[in-house]
Amino acid sequence: MAHDIAHHESNTKRIWNVFWLLSAVTIVEVVLGIFKPDVLNNVVLGMKILNWIFIILTLYKAYLITWAFMHMEGEAKGLRRSVVWTGVFLVCYLLFILLTEGDYVHEVFNKGYKAWDF
Amino acid sequence: MSCGFISSVFYYLCKENILRILTFATLEKNSFYNMSTTVLKTGTEGSIWGGGEDVQPLKASYGKLMMWFFILSDALTFSGFLAAYGFSRFKFIDSWPIADEVFNHFPFLHGVDAPMYYVALMTFILIFSSVTMVLAVDAGHHMKKNKVVTYMALTILGGFIFLGSQAWEWKNFIKGEYGAIETKGRQILQLVDTDGHRVKVSEIAIASHSDRVQHEGKNGLWYESESKLPSYTVEEVIAGVEANPNVLVRTQILNEEGEKTVLSRAASIAKLKKDGALVVEGANLVRNEYGSPLFADFFFFITGFHGFHVFTGVMINIVIFFNVLLGTYEKRGHYEMVEKVGLYWHFVDLVWVFVFTFFYLV
Repeated sequence: MAHDIAHHESNTKRIWNVFWLLSAVTIVEVVLGIFKPDVLNNVVLGMKILNWIFIILTLYKAYLITWAFMHMEGEAKGLRRSVVWTGVFLVCYLLFILLTEGDYVHEVFNKGYKAWDF
Repeated sequence: MSCGFISSVFYYLCKENILRILTFATLEKNSFYNMSTTVLKTGTEGSIWGGGEDVQPLKASYGKLMMWFFILSDALTFSGFLAAYGFSRFKFIDSWPIADEVFNHFPFLHGVDAPMYYVALMTFILIFSSVTMVLAVDAGHHMKKNKVVTYMALTILGGFIFLGSQAWEWKNFIKGEYGAIETKGRQILQLVDTDGHRVKVSEIAIASHSDRVQHEGKNGLWYESESKLPSYTVEEVIAGVEANPNVLVRTQILNEEGEKTVLSRAASIAKLKKDGALVVEGANLVRNEYGSPLFADFFFFITGFHGFHVFTGVMINIVIFFNVLLGTYEKRGHYEMVEKVGLYWHFVDLVWVFVFTFFYLV
């Protein structure tokens, strides 16, 4: 644990900085979620700008929590990659498959011959 | 037939015994040559990494690595749930409930439309308890026992407050507020006035005498019972709508502006009379006054599974808290255990960040 102690000399400042960052991002999300400015309702690349902002900010918060709070920034490269890359790759794959399929089922429901709201 | 069966049983019994004798012999031989172990040599010893102090590919302790592997697999579980939620939402993309209309309560603000505020508060509670946790870990690195105790206690407190908040959120969701009418096709029809404000079913329904009572095991067939009957029948609601000229029916279908479609007065009454099947109050796993039953199912399942994680996190934190108090880690010389439960606690916060986005924002 020797290298850990050397590493963690004064981490409290960084912790509080990350806390303020996380809070600021959450406040921005909440304000946007309540007011939903009309400009941001335009669709870009198949999704509303507002939703793009929410998802990007969420990923940013996830990055902050993992890197600063879970101390991923101080771990060995091998550990970091084996956790982050595995997770990110599998989640992207899962989302691609399930969302594509969900969209397809929606099409079938609306354009198919079978009535489902009878 | 039976002869063949017996002989094959005999064969397997013999084979079993032969194997056992052979294994025994090998073990005997091995322990004869090497008294300290009975493990069979495989001949591949040179190609297997045996660990050791000088080779540390991941530079982390066994416990921490295992916590990371657990977190990775748990993250994939949650991703599976959230992706399944996404699937269902894409499937009903043009009739999915609007979260701002579902979760708009705040304590002591009765009847005030307050979307987002409460869930934002819950998010802050969880972020703050994450901060106190990481401060406890930091204090542990400096071997400051009293600071670790204080911060762990604050973390546990934050966890309990979050759990309580979630219970309140569930209570509001289950109880419902306005009520709705379910159609024969299991679509949800809600009532609004001409300004677009929601109207409570209980406010307009004209109660009439009904002989229909809840069938309980004690007063009917003892092996059959049914859940609580809705407060009103569809006929009573229709009578109420007819008596109130400014009440309209709102369907679940989203129009181009992303708002629910409101029917005209004539179409409202016609729709209710033609398709109305049941009055729905609140939400459960089968019916949901806010719209698609899948919305309620996923809400209960995902926030429930997350809440279960928070609960286990609090329990584990309590155990570690007492270990810190007893000086276990002081004696051990390091507070890595606090770090490991800290990882779990931050993970719970991480999941909430995603639940928050996909249930309340997007």
